[in-house]
Amino acid sequence: MLQLLWLVPGIPIASALTLALFRLSQRTVAWIGTCSIAASSLVSLLVTISFLNTPPASGAYTQVLWRWFDVSGLRPEMALYLDPLSIIMMVVVTFVSFLIHLYATEFMSGDDGYGRFFAYMNLFVGCMLTLILADNLLLLYLGWEGVGLCSYLLIGFWYRDPANGRAGRKAFIVTRAGDTAMVIGLFLLFHELGTLNIQDLMHRAVQHWPVGSSAALTAALLLLGGAVGKSAQLPLQTWLPDAMAGPTPVSALIHAATMVTAGVYLIARTHVLYSLAPRAQFAVAVIGAATLLMAGFSALTQHDLKRVLAYSTISQIGYMFLALGVGAWPAAIFHFMTHAFFKALLFLGAGIVIESLNGEHDIFRMGGLRKELPVAFWTFLIAGCSLAGLPLITAGAFSKGWIIWGAYSATNGSAGLWAVALSGVFLTALYTFRMIFLVFFGQQNSQVTRKPGQAMIIPCLILAFLSIAGGYIKTPFARFLDAVLPWNSAATPSVSFGENASEGFTAVVFLLGVGLAYMLFLRQRKFAATLTSSAIGSALHRFWFADWGMDWLYDRLFVLPVIWLAKAGKGDRIDGIYTGVGQVNELVWRGMSRTQSGRLRWYAAAIAAGTVVLIGVVLFS
Amino acid sequence: MNGVPMAYGLILAGILFALGLAGLLLRRNLLLILVSIEIMLNGAGVAFVAAGSRWGQPDGQVMFLFILAAAAAEVSVGLALLLTYFHRRQTLDADSMNEMRG
Amino acid sequence: MTNLMEIAFFAAGAVAVIATVLAITRLVAVHALLYLIVSLLAVAVVFYTMGAPLVAALEVIIYAGAIVVLFVFVVMMLNLGTAARETESQWLAGRAWIVPVILSALLLAEMIYLIVRSPVPGDTSGVMAPKQVGLALYGPYLLGVELASMLLLGALVGACHLGRTSPARSEVRK
Repeated sequence: MLQLLWLVPGIPIASALTLALFRLSQRTVAWIGTCSIAASSLVSLLVTISFLNTPPASGAYTQVLWRWFDVSGLRPEMALYLDPLSIIMMVVVTFVSFLIHLYATEFMSGDDGYGRFFAYMNLFVGCMLTLILADNLLLLYLGWEGVGLCSYLLIGFWYRDPANGRAGRKAFIVTRAGDTAMVIGLFLLFHELGTLNIQDLMHRAVQHWPVGSSAALTAALLLLGGAVGKSAQLPLQTWLPDAMAGPTPVSALIHAATMVTAGVYLIARTHVLYSLAPRAQFAVAVIGAATLLMAGFSALTQHDLKRVLAYSTISQIGYMFLALGVGAWPAAIFHFMTHAFFKALLFLGAGIVIESLNGEHDIFRMGGLRKELPVAFWTFLIAGCSLAGLPLITAGAFSKGWIIWGAYSATNGSAGLWAVALSGVFLTALYTFRMIFLVFFGQQNSQVTRKPGQAMIIPCLILAFLSIAGGYIKTPFARFLDAVLPWNSAATPSVSFGENASEGFTAVVFLLGVGLAYMLFLRQRKFAATLTSSAIGSALHRFWFADWGMDWLYDRLFVLPVIWLAKAGKGDRIDGIYTGVGQVNELVWRGMSRTQSGRLRWYAAAIAAGTVVLIGVVLFS
Repeated sequence: MNGVPMAYGLILAGILFALGLAGLLLRRNLLLILVSIEIMLNGAGVAFVAAGSRWGQPDGQVMFLFILAAAAAEVSVGLALLLTYFHRRQTLDADSMNEMRG
Repeated sequence: MTNLMEIAFFAAGAVAVIATVLAITRLVAVHALLYLIVSLLAVAVVFYTMGAPLVAALEVIIYAGAIVVLFVFVVMMLNLGTAARETESQWLAGRAWIVPVILSALLLAEMIYLIVRSPVPGDTSGVMAPKQVGLALYGPYLLGVELASMLLLGALVGACHLGRTSPARSEVRK
C-alpha cells in the first residue's frame, strides 16, 4: 500500500494538466477537479492506515521515483519521504483541499475561467503535496516555487481588474525576497555539508557543527528568511492582506490552511538545524510573538471581512512560529491542523456571507444575518470560538493552550513569551467576536439575494465538526509525532504553576475578550465610535489599519527608489545616440525638402551656382 | 588690316551672357525671363562668331545660324505657353507656378 | 593707336552692354524690348567688325526683326496696363538683387579669368563672305540644316496647338 504514495501528489498534477490542456464543460471540470483531490485524499488515508498498521523499521518510508540529475556532486532524487510529520500534513492538506474544492464547484459556477480555476487549484495541491512529501530540500524548493506560482496565478485570477494583478505581483515579489534568502541557505548547506537530502543533512549537521556555530546560525537564519516570506510573518507579511483580492476558495485554501503554513513545515522539518543554532530559534520565537501581536492589533481595525481573517491568519501563524521558537514542535503542528480546520471554515463562511449579499465586503454594512443564513451563522460561530479558544469544547482551545503552556515551559520558553501569547488570546477573542457581532447580530443593513446550496453547506458542516472534535486527539497526536518532533520540556522544571493553571488563565482572558467585544459591539456601539474618533484613538486606528505603516515604509525604502532608478535610466546617453540618428535624418530630410520649392528662379539659381562651383573647381585644382 | 583680338570678343560674349543670367535670376515677370534667355543665347552666338572668325572658318557663323533657328523655335513655343498660362491664371508671376514643390 | 575695327568694336560693344543692362532693369515690358532691340543692333555691328557680314544681317533681320517683334506682339496681346508697373517695382525690391548680381559676377569673373590666363593669340581678321558660309551650310552641315528646319516645323506645330486654346475653352475650364 505504501507504494501508492506517488499517487498522492501525482493525481492532482495529472488532473491539472488535463484541465489545462482540454476545454471541457463546467460539469466535467467540476467532477475531474474535485474527484482528483478526493482520490488523492483517499490514497493518503490508505497509505496512512498501512503506515500505522505496519510501521517501517526506521520510522519512515522513502519512495524513490527517479534520479533528478547528477551534476558535480549534487544528485537529488525525485523521492518521497513519509514519516509521522509528513503523514499529518498530507492528510490534513488533502482532506481540507477536497472540502474546499467541493465548495468551489458551487462558488465559482458561472465564472468564465472555471476550467482555469480548477487547473490552478489542482496544480497547487500537487505542488503543496510535493513540498510536504519531498525527501530533499531541492524537491521541497520545487514545490515551494510551485505553490508560489499558483498563489500568484490565483490571486490575480480575475485578471481583468488590474488591482488584482497588482496584488498577485506584490505577493510574488515579497515572497521572492524570502525565497532568495532560502536559496542562498540551500547553497550554503550544500557547500558545507555536501548533500541536500533532509535526513542526511540533519545527521551531518549534528556531526560537523557544534551547537552555536556560525555556519548553523547563518543557514538557519537564511531558511528562516524563506519561511517568513511564505508564511507572511514580520517583516514580509505585507502581501497577505492584499492577497484577499483572489476568490474566497483561494483565500481559504492557500492563504489560510495550506501554503502559508509551508514555512512552519520547513522549520519543523529542519528543526535539528535550529536546535544547533539557539539564537536562530530565539529569532523564530521573537518573530512569532511580535507578529501575533501586531497582526492582532491590525485585525481590530479592519472593516473588510476577508482582511480581518487575513490578519487573523498572520497572527495565528505567529503562534505557530512562537511554538517552534520555544521548542514546542508538536504544538506548532497541532495548531496547524486545528487552524486549517477553523480558518478554512471561517473563510468559507465569509464566502457564503459575501455571495449572499452580492459582493458586499464591508462588515459595517452587514448585520443581523443570523436569521437569514443560519448554517453560515452557526458554523461561523463555531469556527470563531475555535479561533478565539473557547475552552474545553473547541479544538482551537486545545492547540492554542498547548502553545501557551509551551511558551512558558518548553526549552526556550519564558514568562515574557507566555504573557505575550496570553495577550494574543485577548486580542483574538476581541477581534473575532467584533467580527461576529457586527456581521450576524444587530440591524440588518443589506439584502440577502442568494442562499448557499448543498455544495457549499456540506463542507462547512464537516469542518465545523472537525473544529470541535479535532482537539480531542491531542494525546495520541503527541505520541504519534514524538519520534519525529519531540516535545522539549525545560531541563529544570522551574515551573511555579502547572499546565492546568495556564489553561485557567487562558480561559479567563478569553472571557475578558469576549466580554469587551460584547460591550463594545453589541451593546453600546457608540462608545466604540467615540473611542475611534478621539485624537489618540483615531491616530492609533489609522496606524493599525495601515498594518503599522509597513506598506508605507516598504514603498519609501524599496519601491519608489527602484521606480526612480528605472525612470532615470530611461533617458540615458546611449539611447540618445539611437534617437539622435533618427533626428539627424529627419533634419536632413526637412532641409532637402525645402530645396524643392517649386519656384523657377530658385532652380535657375541652383543651376547657375552649380556651374560656378564646377568651373571654380576645374580652374583651381 | 588687323582685326579684333579674339579675347575681346569672347569677353564681350561673357559679359552679355552674365547679364542675361542676372536678368533671368532677377526678374519675376515671365516675359522678361524669356527676354533674358534670348540675351544669353545671343551672347553665346557672339562667342561662336568670334572664334570662327579667328580661325577663318565658316563654322562659327554656321553655328550661329543654328542657334538662331533654335532661339526662334524656342521663343515661339515659349510665348505660346506664356499666353496659355496668362489665360489661366491672369498673372505673369514666375513664383506663382510653384505647385510642384515638396 | 588701335585700328579702326577695334574702335568700332569697343563702341558697339559698349552700346550693347549698356543697352542690355537697361533692358533687364526696366519696369515696363515694352521699354525693355526696345532696349533689347538696340542691344541686338549693336551686336550686329560687332559681328560686322569681326568680319561676319552675313550673321550681322541675319541678326538684324531675324533676331531683332522677327523674334523681338514676336515679343512685342505678345505684349500687345497681354494688354497689361499701367498696374503692371507697380507690380514690377515691387518685384524689383532691394533684396532681390543680391543673389543674381553675386552669381553673375562670379561667373563672369571665372570666364574672364579663363580667357585671360592662357590667351590664344590671334585676331578676327579676314572677312568671311556669305558665299563661303553658304557652301559650308549646304556641304558638311546639310544634315544640321534639315534638322533645324524640322525643329522649326515642330515649333510651328506646337505654337499652333497651344495657341488654339481659345479664350472660350479656357473659360469653360475655369
